[in-house]
Amino acid sequence: MNTAKNARYLRRRFWNVFNLGMAMATTLFGLFWLVWILWTTLSYGATALNMELFTGDTPAPGSIGGLRNAFVGSLLMIGVAVMIGTPVGILAGTYLAEFAQGSRLAAVIRFFNDILLSAPSIVIGLFIYAVVVVPMGSFSGLAGALSLAILLLPVVLRTTDEMLGMVPGTMREAALALGAPHWKMIVQVSYRAARSGILTGVLLAVARISGETAPLLFTALSNQFFSTNLDKPIANVPVVIFQFAMSPYPEWQHLAWAGALIAAMAVLVLSLVSRFLIKDRSPR
Amino acid sequence: MDDTRDAELEMRMVAVPSPAVPSRISPARSRRLHAMDRRFRWLTGGLAFLVLLLLVGVALSLFLRGWEAFHHFGFAFFWSDAWDPVTENFGALVPIYGTLVSSLTALLIAVPISFGIALFISELAPEWLRQPIGSAIELLAGIPSIIFGMWGLFVFAPVLGSAEPWLNDHLGALPGIGALFRGPPMGIGMLTAGIILAIMVIPFISAIMRDVFLVVPAMLKESAYGLGATTWEVARHVVLPYTRTAVVGGVFLGLGRALGETMAVTFVIGNAHDLHISLLDAGNSIAAALANEFAEAFSPMYKSALMALGFILFIITFVVLVLAKLMLWRLGQGQGKVGL
Repeated sequence: MNTAKNARYLRRRFWNVFNLGMAMATTLFGLFWLVWILWTTLSYGATALNMELFTGDTPAPGSIGGLRNAFVGSLLMIGVAVMIGTPVGILAGTYLAEFAQGSRLAAVIRFFNDILLSAPSIVIGLFIYAVVVVPMGSFSGLAGALSLAILLLPVVLRTTDEMLGMVPGTMREAALALGAPHWKMIVQVSYRAARSGILTGVLLAVARISGETAPLLFTALSNQFFSTNLDKPIANVPVVIFQFAMSPYPEWQHLAWAGALIAAMAVLVLSLVSRFLIKDRSPR
Repeated sequence: MDDTRDAELEMRMVAVPSPAVPSRISPARSRRLHAMDRRFRWLTGGLAFLVLLLLVGVALSLFLRGWEAFHHFGFAFFWSDAWDPVTENFGALVPIYGTLVSSLTALLIAVPISFGIALFISELAPEWLRQPIGSAIELLAGIPSIIFGMWGLFVFAPVLGSAEPWLNDHLGALPGIGALFRGPPMGIGMLTAGIILAIMVIPFISAIMRDVFLVVPAMLKESAYGLGATTWEVARHVVLPYTRTAVVGGVFLGLGRALGETMAVTFVIGNAHDLHISLLDAGNSIAAALANEFAEAFSPMYKSALMALGFILFIITFVVLVLAKLMLWRLGQGQGKVGL
């Protein structure tokens, strides 16, 4: 009797230790991939880093060059995407938080915004192909920027909505009680209080779109030469990485790794900065 | 700077003699201000509505562009494994199969691991370790997917390829599931795609699981501890049942990610339009087929077939994501907001 009870106790203790040990192992397992992938990117990418990367354009196979045209193209498209997507996202988020708070319509829009947020980016690329590239008759940087703007929009909308929701109602009431019109209250009180939170959302969104490849494959396409013309196909880092990595030429593969390293660094720095902003805000 | 401006605002507010405010605004100005209010409201409301329009627009435009293929091949499009650009005979079976199988493989690997990570962060890790580990795992989610693809092709596939003869010999010999593991040991194929997808969705699933585990009321857990339960028993019999719906919702959200993931899969799945049972064989997924072939598809029927594939992918992910949100929302109802 006593030994049976003891065995049961031991079994329970064994499973406890075993399963908790497994939980610890899975965490190490997850971190293991992170370290492996970062290490690969760093070690392959670092050997290919040099000044030529920023001064030369994408080379023909067998010759040396850099990724200058791709960097410029990416920055241009991301810039245009931010200029289009940010105001739309912020204003739409404003509607949810300031005008429709708690309404059924707001709940529906929030729901579908989250769906748009997780929708496959390649499908967004197809959409832009169908509604922009086909009517325009050509792949273009503008189409690429538009597809990035659609990916950026739901992130900005969501954070704006959440950040405005955290602004205390008493601040709004104070402004309204002084006779301020609603829009003025929003612009001068709500936005000001939620500013760093909204900025964080924009940074997170930029981090998200700067590594996106799939939607650019059939919107911006790519361009072997330097170009700042958004009406025509334009080189961009992700698509160049894709083409060069899949190619059989070692010089191109080296450039792809260098590009990958820089893209990864950019994304990581952006997310670290936004994390820092979140931390900075919380004690206040 | 912030403070001085706030102070300025305060001063201005104080300086206005309150009884004088109504009389200072002329009726005309008041009307103007109200018109501004209305316009602002309509502007923001219209833009919020744009989100719904975009989703409808995506579905509609893909369906219309894919209509030619749907119409020409009829329902056979869904179960035909043909894919021949020369004779223009297209079927969606191989990419649909590859998308589903690679994503399910990913979930089989990712769900237990994510559960372990969430359990470790929410119940086991000391306070000072929780934040750094959580951030590190989330960092994994931020790495651009094309880097997963390159790493998969150049680094991971050779490693897996050298392990595949072993899989052939051991798992391949099993009855039933053995067929899944018999195949050419190339390191490229649906198994590789599944493993890389698993690594990519682990951060999403584990973050959601951690968030929902943290909303379990301490009193419930403490009652179980008070009865002498072990930490594992509390996790298994209190935390998990309490959060079951949201956990499944989180898994579905991860599935939604895996189904639509393009670049990582394109690098390693092999891009072969053949139907194989074996996970070691090269296959194709909807997203990979689009990424590889769309820019080079010149005949209208070829383009339309690819658009139809895009439409199918959109519908599958849409359904999965709606289910995920509904399940997460149910826990969120009484328990405050659940992240993501």
